[in-house]
Amino acid sequence: MPAVSKGDGMRGLAVFISDIRNCKSKEAEIKRINKELANIRSKFKGDKALDGYSKKKYVCKLLFIFLLGHDIDFGHMEAVNLLSSNKYTEKQIGYLFISVLVNSNSDLISLINNAIKNDLSSRNPTFMNLALHCIANVGSREMAEAFAAEVPRILVAGDTMDSVKQSAALCLLRLNRTSPDLVLMGEWTARVVHLLNDQHLGVVTAATSLITTLAQKSPEDFKTSVSLAVARLSRIVSSASTDLQDYTYYFVAAPWLSVKLLRLLQCYPPPEDGAIRGRLTECLETILNKAQEPPKSKKVQHSNAKNAVLFEAISLIIHHDSEPTLLVRACNQLGQFLQHRETNLRYLALESMCTLASSEFSHEAVKTHIETVINALKSERDVSVRQRAVDLLYAMCDRSNAKQIVAEMLSYLETADYSIREEIVLKVAILAEKYAVDYTWYVDTILNLIRFAGDYVSDEVWYRVIQIVINRDEVQGYAAKTVFEALQAPACHENLVKVGGYILGEFGNLIAGDSRSSPLIQFDLLHSKFHLCSVPTRALLLSAYIKFINLFPEVKGTIQEVLRSDSQLRNADVELQQRAVEYLRLSSIASTDILATVLEEMPPFPERESSILAKLKRKKGPGNLHPDLDENRKERSANGGTADHSSTTSNAKSSPLSFVGDLLAPASTAPPTNRPRPVSSSYLLQAPLTPIPLQASAVPVLLSAGPLFQVAASPTPSTDLLGLGSTITTQNSAPPASKGTSLLVDVFSENIAAFPVETPVAVGPVADENFSRFVCKNNGVLYENQLLQIGLKSEFRQNLGRMYVFFGNKTSTQFMNFAASVVCQDTLQAQLNVHAKPADPTVDGGAQLQQILNIECMSDFVDAPVLNIQFRYGGTLQNVAVKLPITLNKFFQPTEMTSQDFFQRWKQLGAPQQEVQKIFKAKHSMDTEVTKAKIMGFGAALLDGVDPNPSNFVGAGVIHTKTTQVGCLLRLEPNTQAQMYRLTLRTSRDTVSQRLCDLLSEQF
Amino acid sequence: MIGGLFIYNHKGEVLISRVYRDDIGRNAVDAFRVNVIHARQQVRSPVTNIARTSFFHVKRSNIWLAAVTKQNVNAAMVFEFLYKMCDVMTAYFGKISEENIKNNFVLIYELLDEILDFGYPQNSETGALKTFITQTGIKSQSKEEQSQITSQVTGQIGWRREGIKYRRNELFLDVLESVNLLMSPQGQVLSAHVSGRVVMKSYLSGMPECKFGMNDKIVIDKQGKGGEGATGQSIAIDDCTFHQCVRLSKFDAERSISFIPPDGECELMRYRTTKDIILPFRVIPLVREVGRTKLEVKVVIKSNFKPSLLAQKIEVRIPTPLNTSGVQVICMKGKAKYKASENAIVWKIKRMAGMKESQISAEIELLPTNDKKKWARPPISMNFEVPFAPSGLKVRYLKVFEPKLNYSDHDVIKWVRYIGRSGIYETRC
Repeated sequence: MPAVSKGDGMRGLAVFISDIRNCKSKEAEIKRINKELANIRSKFKGDKALDGYSKKKYVCKLLFIFLLGHDIDFGHMEAVNLLSSNKYTEKQIGYLFISVLVNSNSDLISLINNAIKNDLSSRNPTFMNLALHCIANVGSREMAEAFAAEVPRILVAGDTMDSVKQSAALCLLRLNRTSPDLVLMGEWTARVVHLLNDQHLGVVTAATSLITTLAQKSPEDFKTSVSLAVARLSRIVSSASTDLQDYTYYFVAAPWLSVKLLRLLQCYPPPEDGAIRGRLTECLETILNKAQEPPKSKKVQHSNAKNAVLFEAISLIIHHDSEPTLLVRACNQLGQFLQHRETNLRYLALESMCTLASSEFSHEAVKTHIETVINALKSERDVSVRQRAVDLLYAMCDRSNAKQIVAEMLSYLETADYSIREEIVLKVAILAEKYAVDYTWYVDTILNLIRFAGDYVSDEVWYRVIQIVINRDEVQGYAAKTVFEALQAPACHENLVKVGGYILGEFGNLIAGDSRSSPLIQFDLLHSKFHLCSVPTRALLLSAYIKFINLFPEVKGTIQEVLRSDSQLRNADVELQQRAVEYLRLSSIASTDILATVLEEMPPFPERESSILAKLKRKKGPGNLHPDLDENRKERSANGGTADHSSTTSNAKSSPLSFVGDLLAPASTAPPTNRPRPVSSSYLLQAPLTPIPLQASAVPVLLSAGPLFQVAASPTPSTDLLGLGSTITTQNSAPPASKGTSLLVDVFSENIAAFPVETPVAVGPVADENFSRFVCKNNGVLYENQLLQIGLKSEFRQNLGRMYVFFGNKTSTQFMNFAASVVCQDTLQAQLNVHAKPADPTVDGGAQLQQILNIECMSDFVDAPVLNIQFRYGGTLQNVAVKLPITLNKFFQPTEMTSQDFFQRWKQLGAPQQEVQKIFKAKHSMDTEVTKAKIMGFGAALLDGVDPNPSNFVGAGVIHTKTTQVGCLLRLEPNTQAQMYRLTLRTSRDTVSQRLCDLLSEQF
Repeated sequence: MIGGLFIYNHKGEVLISRVYRDDIGRNAVDAFRVNVIHARQQVRSPVTNIARTSFFHVKRSNIWLAAVTKQNVNAAMVFEFLYKMCDVMTAYFGKISEENIKNNFVLIYELLDEILDFGYPQNSETGALKTFITQTGIKSQSKEEQSQITSQVTGQIGWRREGIKYRRNELFLDVLESVNLLMSPQGQVLSAHVSGRVVMKSYLSGMPECKFGMNDKIVIDKQGKGGEGATGQSIAIDDCTFHQCVRLSKFDAERSISFIPPDGECELMRYRTTKDIILPFRVIPLVREVGRTKLEVKVVIKSNFKPSLLAQKIEVRIPTPLNTSGVQVICMKGKAKYKASENAIVWKIKRMAGMKESQISAEIELLPTNDKKKWARPPISMNFEVPFAPSGLKVRYLKVFEPKLNYSDHDVIKWVRYIGRSGIYETRC
């Protein structure tokens, strides 16, 4: 409650509050409040007018009741009346009530605004302050609208009191936060900046806050503030501690103001003017020097204030990142804090060092503290500090100290907190890979990782080991040996079994020569773990067994025996059962040649950025931008300034780089957080497997078809013999047969589509491979994947067209929530009008759905509209986007004309921009009849006997659009010897010529 | 199964905490306090789920009883247990209050150990409990007595011990009913039902076999065919539950209620009826709004039962709008007062005979507010007590047979009393 002076104390209020506090239960409290409300109502209703004091008292009670959580629906008028009182306490309570209770749409708002205006224009500073506080506390848009112009005037007026100026600055800051568009500084800018020179430090502090916010909004306007801020800062820093009197806090001169000024400077790059720059450097040096001085007081406030300034100065130094000496000094200063007994200081030091580590100047300096940091990791009591230490170790790691850091992190992992284990695991995995000098070390590290913290090793990590081992010939033998040894431990983590199964299945032969690891021993070792594993791991092991049959024919009998056992052949799990049956059949029927082909070693994986890094980023969450930031920075310094990856995201596949470079492309899977994430195309891939009977029937086909074997086998799960559980089998379900050979399914990153066809959504990955086929014809199959087929039938007349789109469901399950819409991008919207009639939201299995599109051409256009299809298949949402083949030539109307007419018009269209010519190489055989058909299909009339050279083709027609009609003449001159064509187009519009030429030239 | 049981005072301080299962941690005690007792909004649901733990609570005056479990238990069972627990405590030390609980905490822990075992409810019959949980301290029992307790607790008739003797064999029977009503302003009955209990207090020697008869429609019809002819009205009982001593097989077969009663007080049966209810009072409201700042209310109540009977403790509660600033009341009978703390006019009449009517009129002044929402006009509610059973239930006989001891049905002194109370008895206005 507001403090009340003596004699003005409101006894009734005090009694009421003590009554409430003494209430035994909620019910009693409600009763008391109801009673009080009734009393106040009767008083307000009463005939005789209330005096200011009792009005204040009752309004105060209402306020208290409201703050207890009860609704108040009267008394607003009385509160507004209090505003016009001349007594400070009454006015204050009035403003208090209003800023707490009155919402912006109240009809009293005009009265309130009026009262505020009166107070603002009064010369009484306390009243002005009250009014400004009320504006700031309410801070609504209406308030901003009413007073955004008034407040800056008070702020810069010469005769305003200092305390009012402070309030005005902060009030403006608040209004700027709620409605920045209304706070326009305009002509006040310069004068506001000059507040930094004000005599009164309070005004400067308030103004600095305001300027910092405004400078972030429009940095150019407030550029002048830099020099003033530097000057002010240097005056504060160099002043003796007694100079500033009230603003000296425990022997530190104006710490809050210093911090704010340093923040303001962080909005700008280092000043260009040498003098200012020198002065700033001097300031920063002084601050760093002061940190070295012995403390003037033992009080904690003194060191807190001093360190606050220091840390802000260090972040400014890091922000500028231009003064190597300062950076190194800052780093050394932080190094001292690393061993400070204040936990907060250690935390802050580690955090700042993380950013320092990414600067090229101070990276080395940071590295000198490695021992301390490692020590902190081990002995620190506070988990958040340990977390920072891990971050710092990660940030400071490079090739020279990678082994040490990774070893330390690994050893720490055993005792680490559960909450940060997964993150450490990811970090170790990344560092191990990034700085691996030899891959044997890498393999050892990751196996250790799995051993120490198997539960926290996510799939990405062990996928990655396998990926690397498969791609690196030199480590395969070593990996097999190490894995074999690791598996001999009595208790292995399941992830280790997975890695072991995969690697031994692939490269077990490399160590089979040793009698201690003969094929049978290998198999027995793996099989001893079989029963302890979950279903996906068992499935993987089964695949490893069939690989063994290929690698070591001598163990075939044993393995077949295992596969034949009831626990496999009659396993309750469908996946395991199916694998067992198929593998058993495969091993007994197929010849060794076929086996060798089917069970070939996995080909190397396409190089791509690590999904681990993406995972680490996901873990950090979008709120924390720093790791990305310093990752990028670091990368810049490491790669000597290659392209900024965060901007060239989606297609950045840095294939020529080594793994290290590959790893460093961080943003490709996880786009920068400020952009919306594209809908992951993996939905398609995760669609449930095609029904089981279908697969089962594929097996006999597979086994009987000899030469077609590989292709035919592709839709069944058995090709990807080491397919890792269900996600994998879904991925290889029935791609187009022609892609069978490229069926190296992406095991390692679920985020990347295996087939570019299936990446819809944005403009880029729209499926358009069939697009050009439709330029010269109107009907056919536009798109097909394993779920959906899209067929087209269309007819065009003049500038109108109608298109029938047939959606065929290739599966046996119903598509739910089916929706197809046509999107015309950007300029196309005005040029082409496509109206899709609504269609059924469900498509039954095997059925076809027809949708009619009505098309109207408004004017000539270049782009094609996109058909977006969305539906739910099984549980997952599927997205398909296809370019609709609506091209300009569809609106061609053929015109017959004589040779004379033709050449007359040809000459009329002689302006250089009207003619477009293209000479290109033939892509198909140069058959005259085919060419004729294509030109007719293109839409133009084929004019015989016009051109003197009979082998040339001449055509004419009119493009109809709603607004205009464009006449077109075309001439195609084939050169059979050179296998070249020359295509010339003349139309009355240059854009039309260009577009038609582009379209037609693609066809030959 | 109940994992634990906590008792809190109104401030949320824990008075009793008994944990039966390991899955209930210490923090569960605090979780309930923070999320229910000290919740910002009033928690109205008796079942609260906090972090996969279910809390079932009942409130007795200012005391909270909460049963906690992590399992998917039968909620009705838990509440039945909590009510039983309240009954047991009342039987042992009277009113459930903070003071009483603090004074008897050792006893309560003892009781909790007995009536819940690993979270499973056990025998909670007060009579049986009193034989081995006493407040008079431990008195050394002879071997014989001990074995008697064992055989009695584990035996077939767990609710009555053998060898009880009274000089005067006496029996009290109370029919307690509460009548619930919701009526439209025009006097149309929107919903009405009676929930009643038959409470029996017996002081009988030996192991008497009792038979209870009432004017249940099914029974009367059956007998009607047999002879006598159904002269008195019979009632249709919607559903009923019996004390565990009643032989349900016999009830199912012959619709006769026979049992060996526990010594002392017990609730013999509970029932509910919805047909042919005698509504003891009729409320006729008349509300008129005079402009924005005035409201006129007139309420007439009519009693609708035999003029020879007297209704007691009549209280009519007329809600007032939230912006009431003043009230004037005039009533012919009883006393009426505006209670600001409850936002209602309360009209009390001590006694009223049947077939009479009485009236109250009030003028309510309102304070104009800027709030647009209209007053919801809550219903007028009423409380009363009448000396008959509004459901029409009549006790026809209660016969006592004790073959071993030599007293007959005629020697037992029997008392029957009917009390009808108001439950939620509301009329919309």
